Parts: sequence; C-alpha cells; structure tokens
Amino acid sequence: MSVYRIVRTPSRRISARVHLRASAVVLVLLAAAAAVGLAALGTGSAVSVGDAARTLFGYGDATSEMVVYELRAPRVLLALLVGAALGAGGAVVQSLSRNPLGSPDVIGVNAGAAAGAVLVILVAGTSAPPAVAGGALVCGLAAALLVYVLSFKNGVQGTRLVLVGLGVTAMLHSVIAYLLSRADLYESEGAKVWLVGSLAGTGWERVWPVAAALAVLLPVTLALGRSLSTLEMGDDTAAALGLRVERLRLALLLASVALSGAAVSAAGPITFVALAAPQLSRRLTRAPGPGVAAAAATGALLLAAADLTAQRLPTPGQLPVGVLTGGLGGLYLAWLLHREWRAGRS
Amino acid sequence: MRWTGLAASFAVLAAVAVLSLAVGAQAIPPAEVWQQLWRPDGGETAAIIHDLRIPRTLLGLCVGAALGLAGALMQALTRNPLADPGLLGVNAGASLAVVGAILLGIVDMRVWVWFSFAGAALAATAVYALGATGRGAASPARLVLAGAAVSAAFLAVIDAVLTLNAGVFDKWRFWDIGALAGRDAEVVRQVAPFIVVGAVLALGLGRGLNALALGEQAGQGLGASPGRIRLAGAGAIMLLCGAATAAAGPIGFIGLMAPHAVRAFTGPDNRWVLAYSAVLAPALLLAADVLGRVVMRPGELESGIVTAFVGAPVFVYLLRRRKVVRL
Repeated sequence: MSVYRIVRTPSRRISARVHLRASAVVLVLLAAAAAVGLAALGTGSAVSVGDAARTLFGYGDATSEMVVYELRAPRVLLALLVGAALGAGGAVVQSLSRNPLGSPDVIGVNAGAAAGAVLVILVAGTSAPPAVAGGALVCGLAAALLVYVLSFKNGVQGTRLVLVGLGVTAMLHSVIAYLLSRADLYESEGAKVWLVGSLAGTGWERVWPVAAALAVLLPVTLALGRSLSTLEMGDDTAAALGLRVERLRLALLLASVALSGAAVSAAGPITFVALAAPQLSRRLTRAPGPGVAAAAATGALLLAAADLTAQRLPTPGQLPVGVLTGGLGGLYLAWLLHREWRAGRS
Repeated sequence: MRWTGLAASFAVLAAVAVLSLAVGAQAIPPAEVWQQLWRPDGGETAAIIHDLRIPRTLLGLCVGAALGLAGALMQALTRNPLADPGLLGVNAGASLAVVGAILLGIVDMRVWVWFSFAGAALAATAVYALGATGRGAASPARLVLAGAAVSAAFLAVIDAVLTLNAGVFDKWRFWDIGALAGRDAEVVRQVAPFIVVGAVLALGLGRGLNALALGEQAGQGLGASPGRIRLAGAGAIMLLCGAATAAAGPIGFIGLMAPHAVRAFTGPDNRWVLAYSAVLAPALLLAADVLGRVVMRPGELESGIVTAFVGAPVFVYLLRRRKVVRL
C-alpha cells in the first residue's frame, strides 16, 4: 500500500497528495495538545478539569467562567500559539540551512530580542510587558535584518547566512552578559527570568498580537513549506524544476523570522522548542521532507506540556517554562536518538 | 607559503603576549618588561609582572590554544560549520558542576576548577555514549544532535537553580562571562598538563581527519579508522575544552571563529587548520584581554565579552571577503 493518497474534490478541480502517516500524526498531536490544554485549564484549586470542560461548553458557573476565561485560557492559548510558531519557524530554517542545529535563533532573532528586552529592563529601567515585548520585537527583527544584509553577496548562501548569524549572536550575547553582570542583582534576576522564557501572568493582551501574527503567518508558511522538499534537492535542481529559488528562500526566511519574532516578544527566548520540534516530528511522521505542519503541532504540544509541568512541579517558586522545555525536550530527544540507534535506523 | 604564514602567526602571538605583559592599570614600557622578565629587581613593577601579568598571559595562551584546537577538531569531526567546542556538552557540564559547587557553599576558585573539569568530562562522556555508540555507523549528525540534547537538559537544571536561588545566581553570573583576570599561577599549573596532552592528541589527528573528510567509506579505504579517530577526537576535545572552561569560565566564540577564520588562509587541510588555530586563537584571546584592560580604565571589561565583540566583525568580514570553505 502506498504511503500517499491523492485527495480530490468531486469535480477534480483541486487535488492534493497526502502523506497518510504524517496526517494521522498531526491529528494525534493536535488532539494531545488539546488534551494538555484542557488539563492546564483544570490545574489549580477552585476549578477542576471537569469544571473547565463544562465551562468551555457554556455550562459553567460564574467563578469557573472567570477563572477559566480570564486567568487560565490566555496562558494555555499563548503556550499553544508560541509553541506552534517556534516549531514551524524551526522546521523552515532547518530545512533552508540543511542543518539540524539550524533554528531561527541562529540567524539572530532570539539573541536580538533578548538583547532588546534586557536593554529595556536594565537600562531603561522598566519591566512593563508592552515595553519589553516591543523592545524585543524591534531588536529581534533588526538583528535578523542585519544578519541577512551582512551575508548578502550575490544571493544568500545557506552556510554563510548561518555563520554570520552566529557571529552577530555571539556579539549580542556578550552585550547581555555584560549588562547582567553590571546591573543590580534584583533587576538582573528579573531580566534572567525573561531570558529563560516564561508564560506566567499572561493576560489576553499578550495573546492577541501573537494570535493575529500567527493567523497570517502560519498559513503562508504552510503553503510555502510545500516547496521546501524541492528546495532541499539543491538550488540548481530546484531552479530546473521551476522554483524561483532566491525569492522563495527570502520569503520563507521572512516568514520564519516573523514567526519567531512574534513568539519571542510574547514569551521570551524559550529554548529548544524550535530545535527539537522539527526533529521530533520528523521521527514521528517518518515522512520525507520538512513537514511544517507536524513541526508546528509538535511545538504546540511540547510547550503546552512543559508549561503544565512547570505549574505542577512542587518547587518553592514557579519555574519559568523555558527551564522545562530544555529539560523535557532534551531528555525526550536523547531518548529518541538512543532508541533509534539501538534499532539500527538512522 | 604555509610555513611562512605560521611563522608570521607566531610573531603576532609573541607581540600580543608582550603587550599583555606591558599594558594594564599600571603601564610598563616594553623595555622595562624585558628587563624585569629576566632580572626582577624585587620592586613593585617586578611584582606586577611576575605575580599578576605572567600568570594571566600564560593562562590566556593555554586557554586560547585549547579553545582554538577544540573548535577545529569539533568542526572536522562533525563536519558541521556550526559546531563549537561546547557542543559536546562540555560547557553545560562545567557550568552545572560550578553551580553545584556554589550550592555546596564552596567559594574557592581553585576547587571550582576540579568541579568544572569533572562536569565537563561527565557531559562529554554522556554525549559521546549517546551519539557515537550503538549499532550502525555513528554519523556526525547524531553527535551534533546528542550534544544539543544533553546540553539543553543540563542548561535546564542550571536555569532552574538560578531562577530559584538568587545567591547562586549572583556568584554564577560573574563566572559565566568568562575572564582571564583574577586567576593565580596555581590555576595555570592545574590545567596546563591536561591542555598539553589534549593538544598533542589533537595535532596528531590531522591526517586521519583529512581522510574522514572524504566520507566514511573513502576514509576507511585510505586506512583511517573512523571509530578510533572519533574517540580520540572526543577525548582531546574533552581535555582541551574542559580544562579551558575550568580555568577561565565559558569563553564562547573563539573556538567557533578561529578555525573558520584560519580556513580562509589555509584551505580545508585539517593539519594546517589545527596548527594555525592553536597559534591564532590565543593571539585573539590575549588581544581581546589587553583591549578589555584599556577601554574602560580604570575598570576592566572581561575578555569573554571583548572576544565576541571584536571577533565577530572580523569574522563577518572574512566570511564576506572569501568564499566559505566547505567542510
């Protein structure tokens, strides 16, 4: 049996080739993400999972409605959205740079955003979320632009782009380390929490910008992402197959930078989701090519699960979610690699 | 041609080393440096040179050479231009061990050295076991991913401790920058043997790495044994990078940049890349350290910060001017 199926509309106007296992995996991942989200809505005192589910279907009492809609839903939604953005962005950059270490962080978005946020917190002396998010967004996009301009020379070659990105990232990190070491300890700690990435204290005002950005960017990325596997065959082959390589690459790069810019300005530079999600989803779907949709679903599940764990852990203070994504994602990837190699696959 | 270049690199390194002895809060003219170096008169100047600047310069030489070599090895082993010495988990392991030491209430930097060395060794072993064992050929991509996975898990623990414990964060943020200042001669003596062994091991691997660069099978056909080269390489990286991080904290970027910059002159031959990296990386680190003493008088800027800030523009310039040498 073929792993692909051709899906057509009755009039045969529109048709699409669908990878069966990949589609099934995406559906399962989305269901799991929804389940985790529901569990997160029912975490904590006052409102249980059952109450949360009743509330979602409109049968909840006033208290549950307040808790679910005002306090918990924004955080859960933000986790799902940011995770999806990071996963999709990571898949695109890894495919473009043909490097498993490639993620939007390498082209400077995260480091720029982090430097911007730290500047706002430590130099401007305000930690109001809109100011920090704005500073992060502006500096993140500026850093990505700088990297692109610096590496442009008769088109952008993947390796040069990534290396220039690493150079700029290293500079920005040294700025951050300098600011952190010179600032007052209390403020420095606050900046550090932002740098790890946290979803605590999320209100709707933090969700809307990301939701709007994703509503535009995710469909665009998914549509463009279909040509990624052709692009992976090499620039010449792709051009011969009718792709406008340079323009397509720029569009994809822009989309992934915008995705991670939106994510990082809302929740801080959460590590590892962009790197791990595409690797995990590729192993789950066993489909060839980058699979942007599966990576986005994996990212959403990963981040939502990490945030739920961060809330449940019996630590003296609540851990920022970035700690958990690194821990959980790292361990899961390690386990996957281990199992895969025991089985002799690669 | 390449020998001349290597000689010139040595000259640059020597010049920077003299500068490192002469420049500082108390500037000493080179002529006097030379005199005090061989015939210390027991005065204040002699004390500055012998107790402060010589250990610091030696430390810079050791750490720089170690990072340059480890970076060149890592990039050749994984055939990944993004690979830096920290990729084997060494930096994350060392940081975790130092955080552990701070948590235990140890404040002596000479004890931290052993802690971070142990942490580095532990992390490198874990990454190697995960990335290069098991059935089927161990591919570079596995090593890279295993390194990223283990580092992420370690960093998560570090971040957890740091966000929950402000006291530890306060000490750790100064270690994390990476600096040559404030280490005494004892630290140099502690780490130098490891770096020497690692360097000898690394420089001996050039031929084998060249064979592997042709691909696994072609390399085997040429008589190289991929498994053995990878093991020796990982061992050398662990010694070099572990010792460097233990002595100076995680100094980023040099290990990544030096081999790339060097390849612009030497081409892809790993024997030369290794040799040049071992000479030019310490020159860069010492130059950054000297610059750090000058720019913010009377204070100092840590060399870990200056390295990236000065190194990155040079790096970008080199990347733009030359064609990127493929690995």
